Amino acid sequence: MTENYTALYDQHKLAGASFTDFGGWQMPLKYKSELSEHHAVRTAAGLFDLSHMGEVWVTGPHAAAFLDYALVGKLSAVAVGKAKYSLICQQDGGIIDDLISYRRDDEKYLVVPNAGNAAVVAAELAERAANFNVTVNDVSAETSLIAVQGPNAEAILLTLVPADQHALVTELKYYAAVEVEINGQELLLARTGYTGEDGFEIYVPNEDAPGLWEALLETGTGQGLPAGLASRDSLRLEAGMPLYGNELSREGNPYAAGLGPVVSLAKESDFIGKTALAELKAAGTGSTTGRKLVGLKGLGRRAGRSHYPVLKDGNVVGEVTSGQPSPTLGYPIALAYVDVELSEPGTALDIDLRGKPEPFEVVALPFYKRSK
Amino acid sequence: MSKVIADLLYSAEHEWIAGDGSGPVSIGITAVATDALGDIVYVDLPEVGDTVTAGETCGEVESTKSVSDLYAPVSGEVTETNADVVDNPELINSDPYGNGWLFKVAVTENGPLMSAEEYAAANGGEL
Repeated sequence: MTENYTALYDQHKLAGASFTDFGGWQMPLKYKSELSEHHAVRTAAGLFDLSHMGEVWVTGPHAAAFLDYALVGKLSAVAVGKAKYSLICQQDGGIIDDLISYRRDDEKYLVVPNAGNAAVVAAELAERAANFNVTVNDVSAETSLIAVQGPNAEAILLTLVPADQHALVTELKYYAAVEVEINGQELLLARTGYTGEDGFEIYVPNEDAPGLWEALLETGTGQGLPAGLASRDSLRLEAGMPLYGNELSREGNPYAAGLGPVVSLAKESDFIGKTALAELKAAGTGSTTGRKLVGLKGLGRRAGRSHYPVLKDGNVVGEVTSGQPSPTLGYPIALAYVDVELSEPGTALDIDLRGKPEPFEVVALPFYKRSK
Repeated sequence: MSKVIADLLYSAEHEWIAGDGSGPVSIGITAVATDALGDIVYVDLPEVGDTVTAGETCGEVESTKSVSDLYAPVSGEVTETNADVVDNPELINSDPYGNGWLFKVAVTENGPLMSAEEYAAANGGEL
């Protein structure tokens, strides 16, 4: 596999990062301690390089109608300036990726797929666009993405925004985006994130990414930045957010994953996967039949890990998709697909820890919710 | 670069062994291993009185991201375990060659062991 490096690779190296391959990208796993980076995001702020994520512009008179056809959500109903979480599915309902789409004006959306799926999603969108008057433009290669997450994120960001534009930032709602001057440049700023905290994601041309990163580091000094992918994963798990490749896959479907509400079967227009998804829903997938994604809380100290079997009275009734000790909560947590009849909160289950059953209990998601 | 301490012996599975031949040896895991594992949150040690066999697993080390087997670098009887690291596994990260030691063994037979220089050369550590 080709190794991709983000525009911030030198900054990470200088900061002493250890690297990991993620979706073909050499990304910082941690700088020093993933636990302290995790706690920093919960209590102060963390700075993440997310430049491995994709960016695909969909523009043209049919942009809204096209996305209604290509994705499972009703993107035409998204107001200009807002964003929506959605899925791109196969004809059989399998999930190709989960993604966020920002509506920038009536005929313009920015679609953000996951790192490893960016090229696949861009190609899929281009193919699905055949009968629409739209242009699909994959700018992933020249675009960096920097996230500032945590209770101090807004204050840190404001130091780089001119005073007469502060209100644009402070009044920006969750799942919305705005063009704002940051570090002397007009950039797209989104109030989104993957950590369960307040935070921002900033889209920046590659050549300007190091300058912005260093400016954010400087203004945030003493607040726990930067943070690597290890803490990003433990933060997103505490927030109960699915990860493509763990909870979501082409073999799975939105209903089993608890993402039924993301699918707009009520959309008047046809969309790819509609027939199969309607059948899955009618069959009670994830509600009365099959397996369903649940949260598990460990009653002991040991964590379940991806692919470990979930047991009830010694019988396999599910499989862990993500699991680790929760740094914030102090006990092990896991996401797992289990038989729907065992998915009620309070249900006692075991995770098979390399041959030893360890007690867990089904709990409501998310595991962690910030106090507002 | 992860630290490697002179005067200790090392196993290929990243344990260090300390002893002057007069009694049981102390065993821990190296900074190379702790840096690779990340923050350690749980450790499962053999019990006092257990017999461990060089090259075989005798416990587990769990970090936020993964679980690794703990191998015995020597054969013999376990004479003492470090209760502090069971209660505070982060000691293994913060002081792997000191307060983060794991257990002691009255050795009947050594497994294949390396010098500090050999271990550092093989694993990219820094003496």
